[in-house]
Amino acid sequence: MSHLSSSVRSAAPATAQCATAKISILEATKIYAAKTGPVHALERVSADVYEREFVCILGPSGCGKTTLLWAMSGLHALTGGEILLDGQPVQGPRPDQVGVIFQEANLLPWRNLLENIEFPFEIKHQKVPRDLIVALLEQTGLAGFEHSFPRELSGGMQQRASIVRALAQAPSVLLMDEPFGALDAFTRDEMNLLLLRLWSESRQTIVFVTHNISEAIFLADRVLVLTPRPGRLARAFDIPLPRPRTVEMTFETEFLELMREIKGAVESGSRRTLEV
Amino acid sequence: MSQVPTELRDEIPTFEERPVAAEHGPIDWSALTHVQGARSALEVSVLIAIFAGIFFLLQGILDWTHTPTYVFPKPIETVKTFVNDFTTSELHSLSVTGSEFLAGLAIGSTAGLVLAALLTQKPFAEKVIAPYVLVMVTTPMLALVPLLRLLLGFGLWPIIITVALASGPMVMINATTGFRRTDLAKIALARSYGASTLQIFWKIRIPLALPMIVVGYMVGSIFGILTAVGSEMVAASNQGGLGKDLVYYASLGDMPQFGATILIVAILGVLIYIVFYLIGKRWASWEA
Ligand SMILES: Nc1ncnc2c1ncn2[C@@H]1O[C@H](COP(=O)(O)OP(=O)(O)OP(=O)(O)O)[C@@H](O)[C@H]1O
Ligand SMILES: [Mg+2]
Repeated sequence: MSHLSSSVRSAAPATAQCATAKISILEATKIYAAKTGPVHALERVSADVYEREFVCILGPSGCGKTTLLWAMSGLHALTGGEILLDGQPVQGPRPDQVGVIFQEANLLPWRNLLENIEFPFEIKHQKVPRDLIVALLEQTGLAGFEHSFPRELSGGMQQRASIVRALAQAPSVLLMDEPFGALDAFTRDEMNLLLLRLWSESRQTIVFVTHNISEAIFLADRVLVLTPRPGRLARAFDIPLPRPRTVEMTFETEFLELMREIKGAVESGSRRTLEV
Repeated sequence: MSQVPTELRDEIPTFEERPVAAEHGPIDWSALTHVQGARSALEVSVLIAIFAGIFFLLQGILDWTHTPTYVFPKPIETVKTFVNDFTTSELHSLSVTGSEFLAGLAIGSTAGLVLAALLTQKPFAEKVIAPYVLVMVTTPMLALVPLLRLLLGFGLWPIIITVALASGPMVMINATTGFRRTDLAKIALARSYGASTLQIFWKIRIPLALPMIVVGYMVGSIFGILTAVGSEMVAASNQGGLGKDLVYYASLGDMPQFGATILIVAILGVLIYIVFYLIGKRWASWEA
């Protein structure tokens, strides 16, 4: 139990001690029953994510980031521990509140862009908010491509479409799984700026998974570093950089200092598991 | 966490492209749907030139060798007969064969589709049943017709059943391949918006499987039309049909009529192909 309390404390934001936790990850443990034997993906990860906070989960490939995010989305069950959303245990998807943005754009190739954005409304039997969608398409530079099919769009455009699809639902929580992982560095910067701009207007609670240290620092209020398999919470870092953030900031000493420190945490995390 | 859907439990959350080769079932007919339609003027004219070449070469050889008309139908006379003598009797035969084919395809393909959709949900059942479906695909169902005649009499049903047995497994085998493409990320996407199992079936699984289903229909209906005509040649119903006409004209030595009937069957086959090609283009073209 002492383990629990210590890791919860280390993952709390320094600036928002009194804020209420929107999402609580409590001792999340996941062991996959693979054909080759059990795979220990997550080991007692505990952390809180606060309302309107932008948290990045950072870790090397295979450390269980997707596993954790899917559990937070209610897409699969944990082996141990639980996830609370507004204090209630997550027992399945929560389409009313939570929007999930998947690795790669994950658009449906047999639907055009607009039909893809309307897909969630169809599933929920809800009226499509035309004005909101038009505004979002405008903001993301997708106006005029409503009737294009995914294969006719660039990777960046597809990813923007998937963001519009999620935002059109007006979720209060966004869970994003390496959404820009497949994009080149320039497009990634552009998408990060776009995401921050959209977020500054609506201020959802965002959990953003990435394996890119500078992306994590650029976006986040707080960065949670996971160790390689089994994924444990190595450390949590507050990112005190002012907002709005600019690409120029990434060249400043404060940013580079954070980068060095977090890189150290990631590497010492890997070394620790190598020694074990 | 009781409400977590079984189909997502303990799946590897990866999003890599699945290798296309592994998606096809034991028989891969997908090349059929991907035949390029001839479009440019050059292509069309060459196509027509080849046809004309074969047409007149055949005519020339038959004239030159003085092959009598009761041995082999000459192209020109065949076309003449086709154009002039497309009478009510041919129309009747066409409608008989056509209804046997359509009824058989409807029954067989529906059964095949439903079975494919159900079996792919249960890997064990699929493994146990798939070999039998393969056996059905490779067995000439024509052989059943005399047997069914004895059991069911001289109506259309024996042939309808045979057509269903010939086309159904073909549809099923391809649909199975289609339904097996469970794109976990897309299912998870639908789930994340609260989709029910039924919604996932209609809005994700069916569209994903559609290209393969169309291939199944295309191949299944070509099998079906051949089986319908073949069955009529073996043991037609009291209504006749194109297959019975073939046997009849052959026995008379009326080769132009025989050729004209074959022409009808061939045109029917091509029309079926075109119909499904267009359906595929309209509904499954996203998979270029
Ligand atoms: N269904 C499964 N069966 C067995 N092992 C699994 C399964 N799903 C995931 N794993 C394993 O669990 C570990 C964590 O997987 P996960 O996909 O969560 O990693 P990740 O951090 O998202 O990696 P990446 O950055 O590459 O996306 C990996 O070692 C993976 O091989
Ligand atoms: Mg991942």
